Amino acid sequence: MELKTPLYDTHVKLGGKIVPFGGYLLPVEYETGMLKEHLAVRQTAGLFDVSHMGEIFIEGKGALDSLNFIMTNDFTNLKIGRVRYTLMCNDDGGIVDDLIVYRLAENRFMLVVNAANTAKDDAHIRAHLLPDTEMHNRSESIGLLALQGPHSAAILQKLADQESIPTGYYSFREHVQVDGIECLVSRTGYTGEYGYEFYCASDEVVELWDKLMDAGSEFGLIPCGLGARDTLRLEASMPLYGHEMNESLTPLEAGLDFAVKMNKDFIGKDAIIKKGVLCKRVGMRVEGRGIIRENQDVYLGEKKIGVTTSGTYLAYLKGAYAMAYVETGAVEQGDKVEVDVRGRRIKAEIVPFPFYKAE
Amino acid sequence: MKTPTTLKYSKTHEWIRVMDEGIVEIGLTDFAQSELGSLVFVNLPDEGDEVESGEAFGDVESVKAVSDVISPVSGVVAEVNEVLLDHPELINDSPYETWLIRVSDITDEDELLDAEAYDQFCETEGS
Repeated sequence: MELKTPLYDTHVKLGGKIVPFGGYLLPVEYETGMLKEHLAVRQTAGLFDVSHMGEIFIEGKGALDSLNFIMTNDFTNLKIGRVRYTLMCNDDGGIVDDLIVYRLAENRFMLVVNAANTAKDDAHIRAHLLPDTEMHNRSESIGLLALQGPHSAAILQKLADQESIPTGYYSFREHVQVDGIECLVSRTGYTGEYGYEFYCASDEVVELWDKLMDAGSEFGLIPCGLGARDTLRLEASMPLYGHEMNESLTPLEAGLDFAVKMNKDFIGKDAIIKKGVLCKRVGMRVEGRGIIRENQDVYLGEKKIGVTTSGTYLAYLKGAYAMAYVETGAVEQGDKVEVDVRGRRIKAEIVPFPFYKAE
Repeated sequence: MKTPTTLKYSKTHEWIRVMDEGIVEIGLTDFAQSELGSLVFVNLPDEGDEVESGEAFGDVESVKAVSDVISPVSGVVAEVNEVLLDHPELINDSPYETWLIRVSDITDEDELLDAEAYDQFCETEGS
């Protein structure tokens, strides 16, 4: 059975087209449509309900050691008030999930995980905790909104004291009063654009949504659905679990080397080294007409070299782009490949990541 | 949006308008465009191509999906609405005024619905 976030009725009232995603019923787009929602985030601002994401708290004397053992990244030098991206792997080096880790205190961390993986992650982490470590899954009691776009700062300044708002990318502040609602506010997001994420009590998230929407109306803020969230992250070339990541791919194959620290021991490390990089995540831009989507075969000449994992038309770049896994060394930047799209060959050029980077 | 009573409709959500001299226009219904969402590409046949009733003659792509466009008639493509190659959003904006192709030399036609029957059909599909 699919769950509803506290904002379900709000989404329906706003004309949201509701679809099941990660165990929740969420809007894929509103009446404005995902093309305009996508452009709003690049040019003005958009508001997303991402309350479906999972929040897991790790505390105690063993918390840091546990995370360093379970995760591929290293949190030893992560400052309180900072956020770090990481993967966690199984014994075979396959990716269990990707997540971000907030350091709340010396011995207290918040992990934010993909909704569809929350139960799996909970079990995986619980099974590998070191001594003197406690774990609490508070996914149900926390609501989460993402305010993204160049006007985000101006909107938030109307509702919160300037000095309480985090500034640096991947930094956060706790106990921020957003027009009377207590939130953890972080300079994070999944769109490649300037913005904030707000964690609050789930019974206050509807009120927070309304306050942000009111404050943002003069700045062109509109509600955005999962469709725009997906196209924005693709435009920013961010991988998505279930597409560019799964339990048979390693973080190195996914090109996420920056989040893997080989100078420490962690679950899956030996297997990742032993496997090597058999395939690589690459980006491509369609030449001419047509759209490449996921699960389509990639050819170099007559040789099949890989398969696509995400792809669609990107509204800001005004072109069709895709991500794919191809055999290591099969292509270089600038190479022309072909993709089998429903029996038709579509030409594409291998292009570097990210497709889009905010100024 | 009101379903025009002057058109006929297929169960695959195309409309046809019968014009003079045995030519018909084929377009997509409001239900179809709203299910697909913002369209970004259309692929259409060439003038002179034959189309077959019940068979795809082209497809339309939105950000989230691609869908075949099925011909309700058999005949020959007399004209292609080439404006749509650069402006597929016209289908979203005014689906019943935006034709995709015109077909002549019609030899066969599927059983089609009138506006009322089509509306009823959509109600059972949509919910």
